[in-house]
Amino acid sequence: MVRRVVVTGVGVLAATGREPESFINNLIEGRSGIRRIQQFDPSALSVQIAAEIPDYKGTDYFPAKRLDLIDRFTEFGLIAAKQAVESSGLEVADEECPRFGVMMGAGMGGAQTYELGYCSLFAKGATRVHPFTIPKSMHNAATSQICMEYGAQGPSLATSTACSSAGHAIGEAFRHIKFNLADVMLAGGSESPITFGIMRFWESVRVMATGNGDPSHACRPFSADREGLVIGEGAAVLVLEELERARHRGAKIYCEIAGYGLSSDAGHITQPTVDGPARAIRMALDEAATNPEDIDYINAHGTGTRLNDATETQVVKKVFGAHARNLAISSTKSMHGHAMGATAALELAATLLAMDRGVIPPTANYTTPDPECDLDYVPNQAREAPIRVALSNSFAFGGLNAVLLVRKFQ
Amino acid sequence: MDVSRKVMEIIAREQHLDPGVVTIDSTFEQLGIDSLDGVNILFALEEEFKIDIPDAVAQNMKSVQQVVDSLTRVLEGKDISDLVAMAKGETQPAAN
Repeated sequence: MVRRVVVTGVGVLAATGREPESFINNLIEGRSGIRRIQQFDPSALSVQIAAEIPDYKGTDYFPAKRLDLIDRFTEFGLIAAKQAVESSGLEVADEECPRFGVMMGAGMGGAQTYELGYCSLFAKGATRVHPFTIPKSMHNAATSQICMEYGAQGPSLATSTACSSAGHAIGEAFRHIKFNLADVMLAGGSESPITFGIMRFWESVRVMATGNGDPSHACRPFSADREGLVIGEGAAVLVLEELERARHRGAKIYCEIAGYGLSSDAGHITQPTVDGPARAIRMALDEAATNPEDIDYINAHGTGTRLNDATETQVVKKVFGAHARNLAISSTKSMHGHAMGATAALELAATLLAMDRGVIPPTANYTTPDPECDLDYVPNQAREAPIRVALSNSFAFGGLNAVLLVRKFQ
Repeated sequence: MDVSRKVMEIIAREQHLDPGVVTIDSTFEQLGIDSLDGVNILFALEEEFKIDIPDAVAQNMKSVQQVVDSLTRVLEGKDISDLVAMAKGETQPAAN
């Protein structure tokens, strides 16, 4: 008997909203969360914009003592996990805990903590750093703290595959339930990469948009005048549940996760291939026993770089052939930014919330058609249309791809 | 310099406790201080007094009095090798 996996809860904390309702509303209305960086003075940087959670304060969510032991990326993860668990009405009895796990993606982990630690050692000549530096900064901190919070004793891990981290986390969580190793999983990603050091590191790669004094229009995926990606922060967590368990307790079902494809380009350390991502999409389609023609919507990787957007267009054409022109594609990164290890979770959350509403979010800031990107990117205006089956693409640096296929639940 | 007062202040601050809760007779267990908290308190004390406390001694501090005693000896430049040895289980503690 094939076990089926459904999503019964969502939590989101992003530049475009501090919880799912406002998050999807802002995306549908095409409102960008990209602004001048607020959490430190960015004047010395060449790129001074990012997609930050506006006016975020850890003390609004946690007592001071708790904050001592967690990095900001873990704060985001815990906040999103709490929303997901509470919205789903999830209850897990003690005896079920060994089949309840947590899988979170993190591309940069405890970036702020690393930075403070290194600054102490190298800039201030300290011989000791704060003892909590390791427990706070380790990439698995968000997963572990969420496990501790909810008593999850089942299969749990943290994935780190750059931009695909959360996609892989959600995919692995899906597999564990499907293959009868778990019954409930909290899965997603969290990232707080907006630090002076990390912005400098990214500047050197020369793929970021500066915004030219107009931050909200800076990220223009698929547009001929696109200038690059914009870094974002945040977290999203989904409650994944085995279908019968969800039905039995009368849970609200957002969608079914039916396919997970992953692949490696084995090409270039930063430049995507066409074949690698195509294979990941086909793998997801195959698992879900879905024909390419059945896909209504793709939430694109759509970073807004010249290379990704052109390559992704070719990928979609390669897999979908003529149907490529019939399906809707949009990049919500145009509004919530590229949240690195969290972004695939933000995007799957956007996809399933859009599916729930029957509204496809737009690609914001689309100004000029590009002959190399000539598909339907739902430019600027959301579109009311049923989404029966959708894909969420993540094609990371290092050529590691993750694709998730979600289906409206029947 | 009143070492014991400073130690109690720092413990209260790091543990987010009301200052009155921490007394010279308090044990870490009574104050809800686990080993990770203990390491944190020692870091704060080392920063405050600009000293180094050897790991072996640090790992065996279980009460406010022990902290004050070890700190006082380090500050007075006194030899703490017996404390280190005791912590490592190499000698018996002296009878009080």
